[in-house]
Amino acid sequence: MTAGTLGFWAVALVLLAASLATVLTANLFHAVLYLAAALVATALVFLFLEAPFLFGVQLLLYAGGVVTVLVFAIMLTERLVGERITQTSRFLIHGGVVATAVFVGIAGFLLRAAPATPGPPTGDRLVDLARALVGPYAPALELLGVLLVAALIGALYFARAED
Amino acid sequence: MTGPGLHAYLTLAALVFAVGLFGVLTRRNAIGILLGIELMLNAVNINLAAFARFHADVAGLVFALFTIAITVAEVGVGLAIVIAVFRARKTVEADHLDLLRG
Repeated sequence: MTAGTLGFWAVALVLLAASLATVLTANLFHAVLYLAAALVATALVFLFLEAPFLFGVQLLLYAGGVVTVLVFAIMLTERLVGERITQTSRFLIHGGVVATAVFVGIAGFLLRAAPATPGPPTGDRLVDLARALVGPYAPALELLGVLLVAALIGALYFARAED
Repeated sequence: MTGPGLHAYLTLAALVFAVGLFGVLTRRNAIGILLGIELMLNAVNINLAAFARFHADVAGLVFALFTIAITVAEVGVGLAIVIAVFRARKTVEADHLDLLRG
């Protein structure tokens, strides 16, 4: 077992533990912090996959942006001071059964699939990524910009104070 | 840095996806449900990046970037809706939002 494989399994263990803590912990604020840990662990997995650009984007957008917005939403909808922000879960057994069934289904596909060999090293993939984004995927990129503006306006519309 | 094979990444992503699905199904709080959705979308991103690596195709990275951007937009709109619902109903418990129940 190489050092890279060992490091991957360590990161995978952290990712799984943080994910489980996110869905199981009773304190919603702690759940967001565990989610941040899971997002950082995912970013490390991207490093193992030789996608350093995704690593940066993941840290900036998820661990930086999304977690901040989530904390704001919790502060706006829960009383952080005075009352405990515990929350209960329901249908634990049903949820466990469905989630296990989905995992077993995916694992069944994986077991039947042929093992894949790593592709050839592709040189500077950041240059390839940039060429693809402004080349064949340029229309999609433009649409993504439109979508982000629309989402921003929609969020403003929903969250604005009634007057 | 050489990591494990493709199957390891796909198994890890499937596990995280299942955990996120469990969170979506069992959480009562709307923000808790959003956290589960985040986990599921993250698992999909791991899959996309893994296929991009092992098939030496940059398209997987492009799609992962698009998924991340769309997720960020989804969180923005979702939390705005949660805040609007909280203003109107004073609760974000999904079980209590049954105004449209027949």
